[in-house]
Amino acid sequence: MALVLNEEQQLLKESAEGFFAEKAPISQLRSLRDSGDETGFSRELWQEMGEMGFAGLLVDEDNGGTGFGLVGAGIVAEAMGRSLSASPFLASSIVAASVIQAAGSDAQKSELLPAIAAGETIMTLAIDEGARHKPEGTALKATETEGGYSLNGLKTFVSEGHVADKIIVAARTSGEPGEQAGISLFVVDSGSAGLIVDRTSMADSRNWAKLTFENVQVGADSMLGAEGKAFAALDGALDRSRIVVAAELLGVAQEAFDRTVEYLRERKQFGVPIGSFQGLQHRAAHLFGELAVARSAVLKAMVSADAGKDIALLASVAKAKASKTAELATNEAVQMHGGIGMTDEFDIGFFIKRARVLQQLFGDFNFHADRFATLNGY
Amino acid sequence: MSDLEAFRQETRAWLEENCPESMRSKGATDISGSGDDICWGGRNFKFQSEDQRLWLERMGGRGWTVPTWPAEYGGGGLSKDQAKVLAQELRRINARVPLVSFGIWMLGPALLKFGTEEQKKEHLPKIARGEIRWCQGYSEPNAGSDLASLATKAEDRGDHYIVNGQKVWTSYADKADWIFCLIRTNPNDKHNGISFVLFDMETPGVSTKPIKLISGSSPFCETFFDDVKVPKANLVGEENKGWTIAKYLLTHERTGISDMSGPRPLHAIAKEAIGLNETTNRLADDALRHQVAAHEIDAMSFLMTMERASDEAKAGGDMGAFSSMLKYYGTELNKARNELTLKVKGSDALEWEGQYSNGGETARSWLRSKGNSIEGGTSEIQLNIVAKRILDLPA
Repeated sequence: MALVLNEEQQLLKESAEGFFAEKAPISQLRSLRDSGDETGFSRELWQEMGEMGFAGLLVDEDNGGTGFGLVGAGIVAEAMGRSLSASPFLASSIVAASVIQAAGSDAQKSELLPAIAAGETIMTLAIDEGARHKPEGTALKATETEGGYSLNGLKTFVSEGHVADKIIVAARTSGEPGEQAGISLFVVDSGSAGLIVDRTSMADSRNWAKLTFENVQVGADSMLGAEGKAFAALDGALDRSRIVVAAELLGVAQEAFDRTVEYLRERKQFGVPIGSFQGLQHRAAHLFGELAVARSAVLKAMVSADAGKDIALLASVAKAKASKTAELATNEAVQMHGGIGMTDEFDIGFFIKRARVLQQLFGDFNFHADRFATLNGY
Repeated sequence: MSDLEAFRQETRAWLEENCPESMRSKGATDISGSGDDICWGGRNFKFQSEDQRLWLERMGGRGWTVPTWPAEYGGGGLSKDQAKVLAQELRRINARVPLVSFGIWMLGPALLKFGTEEQKKEHLPKIARGEIRWCQGYSEPNAGSDLASLATKAEDRGDHYIVNGQKVWTSYADKADWIFCLIRTNPNDKHNGISFVLFDMETPGVSTKPIKLISGSSPFCETFFDDVKVPKANLVGEENKGWTIAKYLLTHERTGISDMSGPRPLHAIAKEAIGLNETTNRLADDALRHQVAAHEIDAMSFLMTMERASDEAKAGGDMGAFSSMLKYYGTELNKARNELTLKVKGSDALEWEGQYSNGGETARSWLRSKGNSIEGGTSEIQLNIVAKRILDLPA
């Protein structure tokens, strides 16, 4: 379980970095934003990602995936973070696929996973109901009806919720918000009667959605896992997702840092490169250290997950450390770029915006510090 | 059974037989302080018990005080995998470290790389068996962060040098038997005028004076050289090429210092000092709970970084200036941990003397930790190195 990439993983890293730099550089995100594109990503790109096998990294081979595991998924996510490539990779291939793998029956897996792996069906998870991530706070109500359930309530911050074909919804079948018991998972078609989808364009120029459920009817066979007992599987899948989000954050932070160091070498004031000033050198060197340490936390979590270890604590360490580091890296990037860092014309602003959205996704630093303490018995 | 498994069985059996019972409990392992339970070896070391002496003798006899050094120089001759097994088996029985020394951490690796055959044969086995205790003569009153400006003067007298000058911050010089020392053999070339020599602290003209620190302890000394005669046979590497060795050795020191993370989890100390809220089962102080968690997330991530660096080195990577980052990060973390320990223990932490505080242990460790980011190259120097050698920022 060494904390270094093996040859196969190294090849994947090179191929992913090359792929996204060529097919989905920042200029693509910028033009999608400027044209007000309502999909928010290139369908062509997503199809190619399916062909490349990226969409099925977490899907086992029996269901049409590559089963490359979390190290592989993290490598691709980091490459996407570096070039700020927009796609439903995170929502569908990571989050939804992980929930189905963790909670679905064999029949559900063979029904849903091959289409995810091929990039043909876009799926996502609707979990948050307020401005803060709190899975056990799920209140959206699922009331038993004849032959199924009726869903009522609100979901927010649903990644790619505006284009998803199917949405996995965490709902309460019993108990009270705040309790882990009583949470169930349902797969809902996006065209279902009573489901209102509001696209919410966020600061990162990516699309998320608010979903309103008004007596949305689902069959009993749409439930993933046992009624009221989905929390453990859900949280396990969330942990895998948190680690991949941390990997993307690492890519965002690393790229912002690399661009900043390059700028320090080139930009001249007082007749010398500003990178010769110790005041900036020390901040850059400190940031180098934080990035190296965050990288270790992310890699350790990925490697441990693939080795089948308990990852709850490691996922929180990775997400917390990556969030804090990305915050520092993007803040320093804007500051050290000076006035040009404040302009829309310059790309560095895209990094700070994507970083903040990912920091919030599935728990920010404070959420995970709290969870870390609880898991450690204090 | 694999060879490694066979080695494990054999090691386990040998340790069972040879590790004295009283050496199987945690002693005061704080190498940065003055824990009495630590065995430093050397001509004048006073063993705390017969078991301590026996444990050193047995481990040193097998070369297991320095498991990966070649057997011909008194080492264990073990492969990295075998050494890992040995470490695991030692941990399994909670065995104390039989010998701690600058010879093991610092001089040994430098001699293995730069020493002559005679020097290796002469000095390494004595380090392995804990017979000679070494100290490091680097810093001078006017050569701290700018170490290469050192001025301890060596006059060439044919087959020997006459050394005059002063060193400072020499760790445990008053207890050491020999010193590895940087001297100036060419006053006209800053970096290429430094030589690396070894000599006995009992040589006429050598004297030491302990420095009392803010923590109250005196681990460091001023060391004076007054017409000290040093044979040229004791020169390591070429004359005027000592800076290369000094830098190599500092890398080892940096990795060593950055590894001084306290053994006891901070939250365990916090639970004891503050207690848990009975209904929520959380630490009874919300602000401290968050600060402790934030610190432990950093500390855990840093340990993973040490693990990653070691895995990369095994895979053939060159650590290079990365050790400067580790030294910087590790020592700053240790200082933060000590500050947080003060907050967690409140006014109890500031007791200076008396039995309740074990002689002001917390306060003294806290003050001692301030030196971590100064010794072995200050944090600022480490950041300079990272900026120049890794980030390639202009001078």
